[in-house]
Amino acid sequence: MQKNDFVVRFAGEGGQGMVTSSEGLAQAASSVGYNVQTFVTFPSQIMGGPTWAQARVSTSPVLSSGDSLDVLVAFNEEAYMAHKDEVSDGGVVIFNSGAFQPESGGNSFGMEFAKLAKQTGNARAENMIVLGALAYLVGMSQQILDDFVRERFTRGREGDEEIIIANIKALTLGRQEAEKSGFSLGELAPPEKPEGDQILINGNEAVAVGAIAAGVNFYVGYPISPATAILLWMERNLTGEGKFVYQASSEIEAINAVFGGGYAGRKAMSATAGPGLSLMGEGLGLAWMAEVPLVIVDVQRGGPSTGLPTKTEQSDLLMALTPGHGDISMPIIAPGTVEECFYASVMAFNWAERYQGPVILLSEHMLSERRQNIPKPEISKLKVENRKVYTGSNGYNRYDGWELSPMPIPGTPGSYIANGSEHDVMGDTTHLAERHIQMTERRFSKLKLLENESYESENTDASIVIMPWGGSKGPASAAYAQLQADGADLGWYYTMFLNPLPVKMLEELKKKSLVIVPELNYMGQMSGILRSQGVKAVSITQYTGLPFKVADLAKRITERVAQEKKEGVTV
Amino acid sequence: MSAKNPEYDFKWCPGCGDFGVRRAIEAALKQRQTETEQPMVNNVVVAGIGCSGNMVHLLEGEQPYGIHGIHGRSLPIAMGVKMGSPSLNVLVVAGDGDFLSIGQEHIAPQAARNLDITAVIMDNGVYGLTKGQSSPTTKVDTITSSTPFGKSEQALNPLMLYLALGVSYLASHVSTRVKDLGTTIADAMNHKGFSVVHVQSPCTTYNNTFQELKGNPKEGIAPLAWNIPEQHDSSDLEQAYEVVKQGGIPLGVIYRNTERPSLQDRVDEINNKSFERKIESIIESFAI
Ligand SMILES: Cc1ncc(C[n+]2csc(CCOP(=O)(O)OP(=O)(O)O)c2C)c(N)n1
Ligand code: SF4
Ligand SMILES: [Mg+2]
Repeated sequence: MQKNDFVVRFAGEGGQGMVTSSEGLAQAASSVGYNVQTFVTFPSQIMGGPTWAQARVSTSPVLSSGDSLDVLVAFNEEAYMAHKDEVSDGGVVIFNSGAFQPESGGNSFGMEFAKLAKQTGNARAENMIVLGALAYLVGMSQQILDDFVRERFTRGREGDEEIIIANIKALTLGRQEAEKSGFSLGELAPPEKPEGDQILINGNEAVAVGAIAAGVNFYVGYPISPATAILLWMERNLTGEGKFVYQASSEIEAINAVFGGGYAGRKAMSATAGPGLSLMGEGLGLAWMAEVPLVIVDVQRGGPSTGLPTKTEQSDLLMALTPGHGDISMPIIAPGTVEECFYASVMAFNWAERYQGPVILLSEHMLSERRQNIPKPEISKLKVENRKVYTGSNGYNRYDGWELSPMPIPGTPGSYIANGSEHDVMGDTTHLAERHIQMTERRFSKLKLLENESYESENTDASIVIMPWGGSKGPASAAYAQLQADGADLGWYYTMFLNPLPVKMLEELKKKSLVIVPELNYMGQMSGILRSQGVKAVSITQYTGLPFKVADLAKRITERVAQEKKEGVTV
Repeated sequence: MSAKNPEYDFKWCPGCGDFGVRRAIEAALKQRQTETEQPMVNNVVVAGIGCSGNMVHLLEGEQPYGIHGIHGRSLPIAMGVKMGSPSLNVLVVAGDGDFLSIGQEHIAPQAARNLDITAVIMDNGVYGLTKGQSSPTTKVDTITSSTPFGKSEQALNPLMLYLALGVSYLASHVSTRVKDLGTTIADAMNHKGFSVVHVQSPCTTYNNTFQELKGNPKEGIAPLAWNIPEQHDSSDLEQAYEVVKQGGIPLGVIYRNTERPSLQDRVDEINNKSFERKIESIIESFAI
């Protein structure tokens, strides 16, 4: 029996190499042409605490991290107890018999991770022992992993060869142990190499690289999970003449510095998470009011307040829409896949430059840490936009008119005041009713420049459609495919451009009898927004800190559709 | 520009100290224009929120660029402007409430970085714009609209705070000495690093301290303001502390450290050591 797909979870204690194991497996498998996706959850403490990481390897593109486990690697008893129920029928548990013995047999076998590692001469080869055993279980050729080890550890350092030999020995030892166990999950079908060049990247990196492609040259950030990696990446890579990257003293400092950078003509950016976005509200309002381009990334985590720093949720949508007081409709782009993280970042800058104002890129924990193979972006095909710059003489009325106008850059003629108070055409404070009307409408009119972006639609004749947003796209599209195969009459809509929504898409959605929105929050934030725009929308919500499982979601969609049909509501 | 702008309806009260500060800033900007031969649009005035922040609208003559942003956030905004376009001259104008209360958290980091900008603080010991509440520099026991039984906090000594936080240039002044103040502000703008010019700028409506500052010999009131003697060595931090410890309102440059590199110097150093990474090679580094 050939398998096309398998899911492995490594569970144990922080610091035992869970992430290294899952990323190592993903790297090895993708290097020979498999599609891969990792999923990681951390405890928020530095040392210890239950951690797990997962890798899915498949011959076709991976849409979700997988509902059940083909293999669970349990590093300790706590991990075994917590995860054993998620192992599929016929799945196998590899446990660390050096640490514990599970109560009953089942499909499981033990290896003494540490003892076996010592035998290789490299006590740190535990992960390699495990990978070797895994490869045997899923029928992956030894060569693939051997090649991977050789490549990864050839670093031009003394002692490389020693480490390579020890690691290959570890892979072999693991393989022998698995063989002794007598278990096998069938043979993994050979990879069908994806068309075109691929890169292996996670969501945070894709956002950062996309920003570079869009021309970011000014970055100020403050550390916060799960967005810290973007700051660290920028510190190392946004280098060279004319670049500015800096760790601020708070998110309040960060947003205001980014505002100053955008005003001075830079493509300016900061990345944060919910608590930071809360602090940035006033600054985002200033940028909206004074019409200054900038990009803020919010990598959403769970809950209000400090919440769940290392879990996933899609609950910052409402705040992102109106992050400050007063009439604001903040442009939002929310990528749904690691690949979209790259393009969302490019588009966030294009939007900011095009409409001259702040843009929020709404990412999520589950995307930020997910490492996945994606088609290599073709830079020459990217469209990078730049703001309309004023090039006339002094005496310019920067805010004249009811629509976008060119922006002067300090140092050149055209001085004006970028004012957070309501202002007249030159930026002087005013309270006149006519002015407030003009300026308010001017600010909102600019959103029109953003409302013709692309969206996905399928089976558009159906009266009931699914419309996920952000990271729930993956599980939702897998659930949708499953329901389609079962003969359900359902349509599909999706876009990463959440505000403003593409007008054509919105028109189509308004004609549907029901739009079902799977989303990871309690309130059903997106469906509420859709209802306010005249769409009959309901949410399927989940607030566990984890992404949807495909089978679960498919079941809940089916139930919701049945309820709708029974009620026969045609509003 | 706004004096002639019928839409702009804010006015300083008659006699407000900020008028004097305005004339001093105008003179300093002009002086700078002549000395550097750079156009007026090379200056960006970043204002706090308060009566004082309205400075940015009330400057007369050739107009610099301006930002009238958020209460307390003029320093981080100024950082963004300066680091975004290092050849600009960036001037912060703010009140004691804006700079020392809601915005105080931003002084320490810029002092530590030695951000190359100048802040002119108009201290009137009160919140003027919101109509007379107590501020950090309001004296203890003072009755204000928000302290009907007297202020319970002791007054902040801002000069001591600036020195302790590591500001690399500090001057103290009064709004009435327009000419001296103008040259001091111009001097501060020439300083490479974070310079603060702290100005007593009395609020005629809620906290009129003109007489206290100047003194009144007829009524036996000694002046609060005193000239820093010429032999004061402003490069010596110990002497700077001594000046501040004497109390009252010293007039002149208290401290000047020309040795410290500015934030821009540091950034240049790093950028010269590193090179720009091209997007193609970045993407290649993720190749499978
Ligand atoms: C976040 C925020 N809080 C409060 C205010 C209200 N407010 C405006 S100016 C001001 C105080 C101004 O005092 P100061 O900085 O000393 O300036 P002055 O008017 O005395 O020149 C306050 C509290 C505001 N605009 N924003
Ligand atoms: S209230 Fe005070 S500070 Fe404000 S303008 Fe009047 S006198 Fe000046
Ligand atoms: Mg004041």
